[in-house]
This record gives sequence, C-alpha cells and structure tokens, in this order.
Amino acid sequence: MSDSKIIHGSAWVFGDEINTDTMAPGAYFKEPMEVMAQHCLEAVDPDFAANVKAGDIVIAGNNFGVGSAREQAPMALVYLGVGAILAESFSRIFYRNAINFGLPLLIFPQAKEIKAGQLLEVNVLEGVIANATTAKTYKVEGIPEHLMHMVDAGGLMPWLKEKYEQSE
Amino acid sequence: MPATLVQKIIARAAGKEAVRPGEIVTCQVDLALLLDSGGPRRIWPRLKELGVGVWDPDKIVLMTDHFVPAVDAQSAAILKLTREFAKEFRIKNFFDMQGIGHVVLMEQGLLQPGMFACGGDSHSTNGGAFGCYMAGFGAIEMTGVVVTGEIWMQVPETIRVNWDGKFPNGVVAKDISLHLCRELGMDNAFRVVEFGGNTISNMDMMERTVLTNMAAELGAETGLIEPDEITLESIRAAGVEPAVDALEWCSDPGAHYLATHEFNASTLAPQVAAPHKPSNTGPADDYCDVQIDQAYIGACVGAKLSDLHMVAEVLKGRKVSKGTRLLVAPSSNKAMAVAAEDGTLATIVAAGATLLPTGCGACAGLGAGILADDEVCISSTNRNFQGRMGANSSQVYLGSPYTVAASAVAGRITDPRDML
Ligand code: SF4
Repeated sequence: MSDSKIIHGSAWVFGDEINTDTMAPGAYFKEPMEVMAQHCLEAVDPDFAANVKAGDIVIAGNNFGVGSAREQAPMALVYLGVGAILAESFSRIFYRNAINFGLPLLIFPQAKEIKAGQLLEVNVLEGVIANATTAKTYKVEGIPEHLMHMVDAGGLMPWLKEKYEQSE
Repeated sequence: MPATLVQKIIARAAGKEAVRPGEIVTCQVDLALLLDSGGPRRIWPRLKELGVGVWDPDKIVLMTDHFVPAVDAQSAAILKLTREFAKEFRIKNFFDMQGIGHVVLMEQGLLQPGMFACGGDSHSTNGGAFGCYMAGFGAIEMTGVVVTGEIWMQVPETIRVNWDGKFPNGVVAKDISLHLCRELGMDNAFRVVEFGGNTISNMDMMERTVLTNMAAELGAETGLIEPDEITLESIRAAGVEPAVDALEWCSDPGAHYLATHEFNASTLAPQVAAPHKPSNTGPADDYCDVQIDQAYIGACVGAKLSDLHMVAEVLKGRKVSKGTRLLVAPSSNKAMAVAAEDGTLATIVAAGATLLPTGCGACAGLGAGILADDEVCISSTNRNFQGRMGANSSQVYLGSPYTVAASAVAGRITDPRDML
C-alpha cells in the first residue's frame, strides 16, 4: 500500500447541499483560478479559502456539489490543496468531476460526527477514516479500483497522457 | 431479463447484451454537445497538451449560448475562441448565437430515441425527453469524450414517476417539476427518473423537456421519456427522419424500478420555489405577500415558444405593474421568430416588458438582467441558488411562465389562475 492513498489533515465541516455555485461563484467565472479559488465556499465559510492547508479534509452532509456542472468547483478545491472530501452523499457530476481531477471522495454516513478542526487520517482505497482527536475509527466503502487508477494517475488528463503515450 | 429504457440504451452503447445496475461499463458516444461555457475554452488547451485532435467532428455539436451576445472583452474572447475551434476541427454542427444549446438541439432534430449522448452542461438532461440517454458532464470528462469517443458509466437504477389526469387551467409541466423537487428531494445521484402517465403523453415535446431538464434539480443522472408519435412528429418537424427503430426504445414490461411514484395532475396547484433551493416549494398562493422587483422569463427550461405563449396569454390586455420590471429572453432565435410572426412578442412588449437577446442571459448570472443586493425576482428558470442571478443577498423565486407573468402584472407573487 503506497502512502499516496493515505491523507492526513484537519477537518473543515460544512452542512447539507453545498452547491457548486458556492465553490466557484459565477461572479468570478472569467477570472483565473488564483482569483476564483480565493472565493471558494466564502458564502458558507468566509475563512475557508484563506486558511485551508494542503491535505486538509472537507467534511459535508448530503448532496455535496449539487447544481451546475462547472468543473471549477472541484478545481478550486484541488487548487487550495484539499486532500479529500468525505460527505454523506455527492451530486453525480461533482463526484465524476472530482475523480477526474484526482481528488478522492468517500461516502461517509457518519460525517456529522466530525467536528471542525479535528485531525483525520483517511485511507481512501480501503475506506478507513481515523479521527486522531477522538480516537474513533470508521470503515466505509473505499474508492472502486477502476476509479482509483484515475485518482492515482492524478486525474483524467495524466491518465489520457499515459494512454496516448503508450499507443504511440 | 426485462430492462428499463436507460439500461437498454447503455447496454447497446456498451456493446453488451444486457447490463445490471451498479455495473461499470464503457460506452461509445453517439453525440457530444459542447457549449461556449465549458466547451472549447476548457477542452482546446487540453487537446494541445495531449497533442491530439477530436475523435469525430460529425458527432460533436457546438453552440454559443452562455456568453452571447458578448457583454465585455472577456466574453467576446471566449466566443472568438469557440468560433475558431469550430473552424479548426471542422465542426459542421456549429450553431452560433442561435439560442440555448439544449433547445436548439431539439429544434434541429439532432436527438433520436435510443441515442447515447453526453453534454458539457448539467441541463443536458433536457434531451432525455426524446427517449435517448443524455446527461451532463464536466468539461474535463467532455475532453475525454472528445478525444476518445468513450465514457465510463455506472449503470444507474431507474425511478419511475407517473403523472395521470388533466391539468387544471394554468398548471403546466414546470409545476410538476417544482413539486417533484420537494417530493423526491434533490439527492438522487446515480439514479435515472423515467416519466410516464397520460398527463405526460398528452404534452408536446417542449413541455416534456421541462420535466427532463429539471431532472438535473432532482440530482438525477438524467430523466427519460419513452418515445411516441409526438416524439417522432417533433423530429419530422425539424426536417429529419426518425430512426426506423425509434418506437422500440421503451422499458420492457416487468422491468425493475427502484421505486414507482404515482401523482395526480388534476389536483396540482401552481407551484413556487422560494430562495435558495428548487426544492423549497409550495403552492403559489402561499407566497402571495412577496413583493417583486423583477420578473424574468428565460432559460432553456422557461422561454421556449410554448412558454412565450403562456406569458402572452396572461399579458393580453394587461400591463406590468409599476415598480416591477418584466424581462423576457426567448430561448432561441426560432422561438423569437415564430413569436414575432404570430403576435406573441407584440403582446409581451405592449404590456411593458423588456425584450432581451436569446441566450442563457441572467439565468447563470452571466448576461443582462442580473439582480442588485436584496432585490426580489420571480423567474421561469430552473435554479435559485444563492447569488446565481446576481448579488448574494438577492432573492430568487421560481415559477412557471404563467406564474411569472401573472406576478409581473400584480407586482407580487400571484397564482396565475386569477388571470386566465
Ligand atoms: S439557460 Fe440557464 S440552465 Fe439553461 S443552459 Fe443556460 S445557464 Fe444553464
């Protein structure tokens, strides 16, 4: 098991139905990602973009990423260094987009038990979530293997690159 | 094993006899819809990075709709790049400023029952009204489609939603969609909603697309409606011959549904969704003390010819209330042209409405008609997430074109049945 599948970070906790308009607000659509990312989730947590650290973990309720297909939503989270997202459920397009940017996601029914700032260690392949702050461990469904190769490659683009380089 | 329509389409596209829900398969794509928003501007740089071209220019349909007409140098640059992409890759099906992609697709007769289609926009579900699989994907996945012509799918479960009975006067497909957002919730990922029942088989194609369009708000993979003579008639009206096997694309008797929901259209009242969620829905009457600054008729879901007709029906001989503005952005040039010809636009303008260009406009907060702080709007669009149509503190209510037009006349949210 390689360490790239294990993510350590503090928890940023969000509620239900966080939509993609909030992650990538239309008002910054024409701006570059450096600018857009600074406004990521500001409508629900104005401190998030400025303070989130590489490897930190986003925790959310149901239907995370509901709404528009805009890929800038997961892009902004990747840009800010988010290591993984654990939510009760995800919107379909967001789930697919995130995998395609190499951002691991796990469906985590007990998401509401995690408090902001708690330290987590997540094994995304095995689906093991360890809360270092409370010493509680959770087992959920890991990322399916056929999608893990995409995450491992770093997303769809690196994966396509491998594919086209091999075929040459 | 009897299969639902979507399972049959996916099996065909994956080159398999049958598929089962949860299975992961790779599908061959019959049609890829790219829009100016998440299309060439996101895909072209990636093609360059990979050093590859497009898999099949004849299976790509490209439209400009989100940034038209250009309102600043940035949107103009996006449109320019989109046009250059069409030229570079010889995309024959390029529709520049003809209207909103999802609507133009059906006006052009480009959708056939049984097709497997992908669109780079969440409301690509619109196309499912034609009995095809059509769903929305992000630009990164559309890059994969444009390069390989393939996409991975997890075979979805199907939920069947039946509506039977005759609508009361003034109640339309949009009211069904808003009602369903509350009843089924917005968290139906990896499921497909198949609509049926005699209320739906009596609808024209424009009304049917309202249901599949807003399957996106249900969070579903997509919505589908089994094809019938009305479907075929609509394809013929676009000057295209329906596929010979078109009517065979139906769910098998005895196919397994995850759930079946039955509703009665004859008792449905006009619905309004309050800020900031399409599922915050109740009868229009519940909101009748809400004063509005703006009423907006627009979007793929709410400004087609049939929608413009509803607006004119309400506005005939009436005026938009003082202190309220009514903005109308027809969803396609074709709708605009027919509405100009048949007197619909004259009625709308005579009532004091402002006519806007075709395109996505204020629906996604990109074009003309966006809202200031604390302003209240009722809109025929499909989403009312916070800040989507302008300032973060603006309040957007959703309703049918009837409800929006009646509210514009009253200056507050109104059940349109009082004016019909
Ligand atoms: S009109 Fe609105 S919902 Fe429809 S495609 Fe355009 S932005 Fe999306």
